[in-house]
Amino acid sequence: MSGGRAIILGRIREALRNNPAPRPHTSHSQSEAAADHNGHAQREWLPKVGQTLPERIDLFAKISEGLTTEFHRVPTITAARELLVKLAAESGWKKIASHSHHDTDALLEGINLPVVRTEKGYAIDDLESCEAGVTGCEVLVAQTGGIMVSVESAGGRALSVLPPHHIVIARTSQMVPDLTAAFEHVKQKYGTKFPSFISFITGPSRTGDIERILVLGAHGPKRLTVILLD
Amino acid sequence: MATQSADFQTLSRRYTADKGFRAFIQKGLSGYYQKRDQNKANFQDWQGARDLAAETKYEAVNHLDKYLLEFEAKITARGAKVFWAQNAEAARDYILKVAKENNVRSIIKSKTMTSEEIHLNDALEKQGFGVFESDLGEYIVQLRKEAPFHLVFPAMHLTRGQISDLFQKELGSEATDEPEKLTMIARDVMRRKYCEADMGISGTNFAVAETGMISITENEGNARLTTSLPKIHVALLGIEKVLPKLEDLSLFLPMLATAGAGQTMTCYNTMYAGPRQPGEPDGPEQMHIVLLDNRRTELLADAEQRDALGCIRCGACLNVCPIFKNVGGYSYGTTYGGPIGSVITPHLRGLKDWKHLSAASSLCGACTEACPVKIDLHHHLLQNRRNGAKASPSPAEKVAFGGFSLMMGNPALYRLAVVFGRIFQPLQNLVNGTILDPLRAWTGSRKFPTLAPQSFHEQWKKERGGKP
Repeated sequence: MSGGRAIILGRIREALRNNPAPRPHTSHSQSEAAADHNGHAQREWLPKVGQTLPERIDLFAKISEGLTTEFHRVPTITAARELLVKLAAESGWKKIASHSHHDTDALLEGINLPVVRTEKGYAIDDLESCEAGVTGCEVLVAQTGGIMVSVESAGGRALSVLPPHHIVIARTSQMVPDLTAAFEHVKQKYGTKFPSFISFITGPSRTGDIERILVLGAHGPKRLTVILLD
Repeated sequence: MATQSADFQTLSRRYTADKGFRAFIQKGLSGYYQKRDQNKANFQDWQGARDLAAETKYEAVNHLDKYLLEFEAKITARGAKVFWAQNAEAARDYILKVAKENNVRSIIKSKTMTSEEIHLNDALEKQGFGVFESDLGEYIVQLRKEAPFHLVFPAMHLTRGQISDLFQKELGSEATDEPEKLTMIARDVMRRKYCEADMGISGTNFAVAETGMISITENEGNARLTTSLPKIHVALLGIEKVLPKLEDLSLFLPMLATAGAGQTMTCYNTMYAGPRQPGEPDGPEQMHIVLLDNRRTELLADAEQRDALGCIRCGACLNVCPIFKNVGGYSYGTTYGGPIGSVITPHLRGLKDWKHLSAASSLCGACTEACPVKIDLHHHLLQNRRNGAKASPSPAEKVAFGGFSLMMGNPALYRLAVVFGRIFQPLQNLVNGTILDPLRAWTGSRKFPTLAPQSFHEQWKKERGGKP
């Protein structure tokens, strides 16, 4: 089936030929950078982010609170391990899932539970029966309280969404100011060889579909924990 | 009178007469207004962001062929298949063919208004495929065999009691009045479906030309599961949704969340660049992009209203519209309701049958003000009225306005009309709004203002003797 490619393209070109649309009425002149479409004019309008790392971490923490993301700063990997062991005991985890990655491996050293590793493939039911998923991430986004994950940094597509509790480990060097910087990061890291999946996770899964009342854990994780390693 | 127009009148009368229902919708929206305003205030300048969004969409829509080809080349290089569907039938046939060729048994869907537009579920079910909507609101209306009430809040018209009754009847669950428990019932049902489904169908919020990605915005995680576990991913994509650059998303993702749901960002904003790549542990083996025209090119050809193709389907114009808030989503009889639906439906489905929607507007302009991409919605409603009158002029209207124009341009005729008006108004008052009233179409819901005992003209003459 070839579809209507030629016909649709023909219709588009016909519709646009000698038929200019009025330009949008704008009251703000966008900077030169926006006009050539290579700059990042959006930074001028989007929510403001502090210049220094401590300001950015504070902003991330503040937004996390509103989102009910559980945000922890820990001084050492040992402290991170203790935190995870505590979470495991409190929540009664029997089986967890993760992927091989320098930070997740280091974090899981202290955990005495069966771990499903996803990076070389897994059975869906095996992952579905895990109580928690532990992943790394690409970057943390101060502006939105978001976590950017990808196939590479989070063990595939499903590990960070199927288990009911998602735990993310990140380093302060991974804190970026805004969404624009997050996109710059993936372009620099991957060139044009992007992972097939990149996602911004902003808080635990939620819905307001019943009487517009907020409920956490609609289909994805009910809890989201971010451990930031200094 | 066209049936669509008659249906609109019947339904809108029924909904507006139901005060309890109107209050319920208003209450549902009140939390949205508050959160939306808080989030707008977080922007350094929301108006500046709107201007940039409008400029970016202008660039994309006015070079649509270029950006679609770039998108197609990039995502095809990553192993996705792009199918260009001229109309709903072509899109449905292609998806059915993919399902049959791959011996698909069970299909899971995440929210996509485009699939409502092409009536995909009906077509799949008729061919024997099990189709499950995974978005909570969509699942609820699917169980009720209804269409979504609102672009973004599909089940906002239902109370928790109605949803509990529905789940009891359809799923055998226990009665509850807690939204959380109801959500968990749906979560448990859907968990099995994700794991069993062999095809996932999603919509698309944005396509990125530069990198060959589609971007999906959601809160529940159902779209992520729909696009992670089944072996085939089909994404429906209206041709107008393409953006030039990846960084454009850093503007559009927060704007969509703010305008659509009053959030800084929705919970999941995911970019997909093809099916599972070599070395990746999961994800679909096949990814199919169904690029849908379905008369969007008609709207593209109308330069005056072309900006309506910039719509990001946030639903902000519905939420502020005094008509939508009173007549509700079902009165429209369209896939896309509210002001944006009234603007684009005449292009997508014919002016003759759908021009009446543009008359259902107070022209207050709240929609235009709310639109994050600055679509000139209320002027487009006026243009649709003009185009409708041009395409099928009403003789009675023509005579009436011709007469009015003649009278207003001629002082003697005007004075005569006032005299006749004073004689006939008391008679008209006797039958006002009844079946005997020749002006019933207008007076049915309005009262004619009483003519003053003395006109300004007459008073002037009396007081000043006609002198200036």
